[in-house]
Amino acid sequence: MTKLNLTIEPGKQEFSYTRVFNASPEQVFKAYTDPAAIVQWWGPRYLTTTIEKMEVQPGGSWRFIQQDANNNEYAFHGVYHDIVSPSRIVQTFEFEGTPGHVALEILTMERQDGKTLLTAKSIFQSVEDRDGMVGSGGESGMRESLDRLDELLKEAA
Amino acid sequence: MITVYEALVDPTRRRILDLLREQPRLVGELVGLLAISQPGISKHLRVLREASLVKVRQEAQRRWYELRPEPLLELDDWLGSYRELLTERFDRLDNYLEQSQAKEKEQQEDDKVKSDD
Repeated sequence: MTKLNLTIEPGKQEFSYTRVFNASPEQVFKAYTDPAAIVQWWGPRYLTTTIEKMEVQPGGSWRFIQQDANNNEYAFHGVYHDIVSPSRIVQTFEFEGTPGHVALEILTMERQDGKTLLTAKSIFQSVEDRDGMVGSGGESGMRESLDRLDELLKEAA
Repeated sequence: MITVYEALVDPTRRRILDLLREQPRLVGELVGLLAISQPGISKHLRVLREASLVKVRQEAQRRWYELRPEPLLELDDWLGSYRELLTERFDRLDNYLEQSQAKEKEQQEDDKVKSDD
């Protein structure tokens, strides 16, 4: 049972998801904008996340570095475009392992029944970029919401 | 070569897959169940076969169409790894939020004790 509702439509250069958090929009917004918070949840547990730069204001930059046990580093960076506390963050996202493939991320936090609904949308430069980000080897664009397919697969499995 | 994604775009083809998931079927059955002409069904089945989503089993004069789930499972794997990454990330965020709320509450109680003094 997952609370994550991920939508990846074939042939589109974006994906989106929603997720409900048992916290206020202020708290969720803080989790995204406080460096001390980011290091606790942004990266996988087996990687150490270091914040090199996090200028949370329109036009400010961010750069996070993840390091594994063998000292391999994976860095990500971007620019904050829109910061509206506690409801909206617009930023660019780029994995330095694939330079030039910049995505635009739009995050909104809405109060809902004492909880917070997070809605996120990532828009890529091409379907290939999107598929490359989502899977390791997306060979082709996908052209329809796969939500229904999930049901099909669960029954087929 | 038609990809799995292209084959799945069409709602009628997804409907055909749904029906084949229940059991192997003859073209005639699909024509009846979907109320689409035989040439129409045959065209969709050809696309599904090209995408390896459907295979044919010849039995005397009959051609049974069967679902091949493998390409769908591959697709699910491909999506699953990303879903997993996000799911884990937000589970960590849940933990963080829980902890920070607990700390806030503690802080408020401390403040209250102080103001009571």
